[in-house]
Amino acid sequence: MIANEVIGPFIEFEFMRRALAGCVALALGATPIGLFLLLRRMSLMGDAMSHAILPGAALGYLAFGLSLGAMTVGGFVAGIVVALAAGLVARSSILKEDASLAAFYLMSLAAGVLIISLRGRNLDLLHVLFGSVLALDNASLLLIAAISTFTLFALAILFRPLVLECFDPSFLRGISRLSPVAHYGFLILVVLNLVSGFHALGTLMAVGIMILPAAAARLWARSLGGMLALAVAVALVSGLGGLLASFHGDVPAGPAIVLTAGLAYVGSLILAPGGLIGTRLYRRPHLES
Amino acid sequence: MCSINEKTPWRTPFHALLICLLCALVPASAAAERIQVVASFSILADLARHVGGERVTVTALIAPDTDAHGYQPRPSDARLVRDARLVLANGLGFDPWIERLARSTGHDGNLVIATDGIEPLEDSGTHQGHGHDHDHAHGPLDPHAWQDVANAQVYVRNIAAALARVDSEGTAVYADNAARYAERLRQLDDEIRSTLSTLPISRRKLVTSHDAFGYFGKAYGMRVLPAAGVSYESEPSAAGIARLIRQVRREKVPVVFVENISDPRLIERIAHEGGAKVGGKLYSDALSGPDGPAPTYIDMMRFNLDTLMKGLLPETG
Repeated sequence: MIANEVIGPFIEFEFMRRALAGCVALALGATPIGLFLLLRRMSLMGDAMSHAILPGAALGYLAFGLSLGAMTVGGFVAGIVVALAAGLVARSSILKEDASLAAFYLMSLAAGVLIISLRGRNLDLLHVLFGSVLALDNASLLLIAAISTFTLFALAILFRPLVLECFDPSFLRGISRLSPVAHYGFLILVVLNLVSGFHALGTLMAVGIMILPAAAARLWARSLGGMLALAVAVALVSGLGGLLASFHGDVPAGPAIVLTAGLAYVGSLILAPGGLIGTRLYRRPHLES
Repeated sequence: MCSINEKTPWRTPFHALLICLLCALVPASAAAERIQVVASFSILADLARHVGGERVTVTALIAPDTDAHGYQPRPSDARLVRDARLVLANGLGFDPWIERLARSTGHDGNLVIATDGIEPLEDSGTHQGHGHDHDHAHGPLDPHAWQDVANAQVYVRNIAAALARVDSEGTAVYADNAARYAERLRQLDDEIRSTLSTLPISRRKLVTSHDAFGYFGKAYGMRVLPAAGVSYESEPSAAGIARLIRQVRREKVPVVFVENISDPRLIERIAHEGGAKVGGKLYSDALSGPDGPAPTYIDMMRFNLDTLMKGLLPETG
């Protein structure tokens, strides 16, 4: 009976299967990136970057209409430009990275809104910017899957320098010249995955499927491998749960998926060893914490 | 106008003559000036152009091929409304912002609701099983009254009366234009009826991405399936899409139509899973540009009729 409620929608409807496939791809690609963002204390940067994608995607849309390629390239270029510009300003002026990033993303967000409203068809575009996980066509599904596959391979190659960069960036700079490779490679992966998340969930919520499962996993696991596995698992369950909530509860799919991940996070916050009660319950000797 | 010349004495008789001529021209050009009319959207503007003819200049605030839902007036719109002698709105919750716009710009002319006297339909199934969690501009009434040509006749009568009120000299011209245009509308109405009557009853079904064809369906005997939950919300629910797919399957709808103003990917998915074809574009809330296939109201209705017939006629026929 319950199996019927869970499996039935996916058997009956192809759009549900496609949506699930998109969620699986995002969970495998975007969520590990989200975990590294979290560990590098860049969670909010992910959010800022997702807004930075807006003007590029909007320009692509205005120039070529509802074209997957144009919006993807536009969003990617805009994201990379903002990330690089913010990094450059942070290194060569007295502004810190957060301030310069905030400045650039606010500007690009405003530019995005301006570009959209220059043309009359604004609601049309909003429709697209909120994502369309329930209307994934072959092209968008392939794009999301390709980006996830690329991300997994790239992460495998960058794994060691990236981990070092997370925990001790100055040590990495001291022993290896790979530090910039790790840093910029990671930035590219972040922007790529934001663009792919944007096709499914929209710019406003793409970061949700990256950060929330990662934050929940961080509260439970202590090893990096454990965190990665758990984060991906949480993301997978959120995708499935969100789609089912949208199907049975008649609510929009994107927010349902992100809120399911949010529920996992709040539950972990309460129950997990690293959470609100956990830190008091399983208090460890000073040296370890 | 002539007072600027107080300081500069008229140098030659020629200058004096020129200025007198200019002064004489002013009232003449003022009389020839056209009545400025502002309509909220392109279809209404087209009707007003036909009724007003040479005596009026009609501007549509919402441009052709543009979505009227969630439209935000711009400052240039405010200026247009302020300077207009007559402002035309559709009413029935389609363009509620225009009244506020007229009041806030201190517009002292007339604001006329073109659907006055039309028997409104309830807004069909869009909100079925759905909270009002979206900013759909419609009220509980279906505003797309122009999709029934008989209603367009009411629009034309209302527009003619309104124009006669602001420009009484032109009353006869407006009445004449309106009568001639009404005749064309009557022919259009007959044409739609006789063409659609060649369709088998089982194929007179209409699914679109936006419930704009309630009046059309009622007037011309088409069964319109409400695209519940998949119209203009920022994001549709899986339940809404599933409901529509099931309905398309159950009723064996042959074709699903895409409108000129919404995301086509969703309707393609629905058609594919419901076992239907994707039909052509239907124009619902906006005309096309002058080079498009539906630059006027009559063209639009003809084009829609064509598209419907192409999609719905059995292949063998």
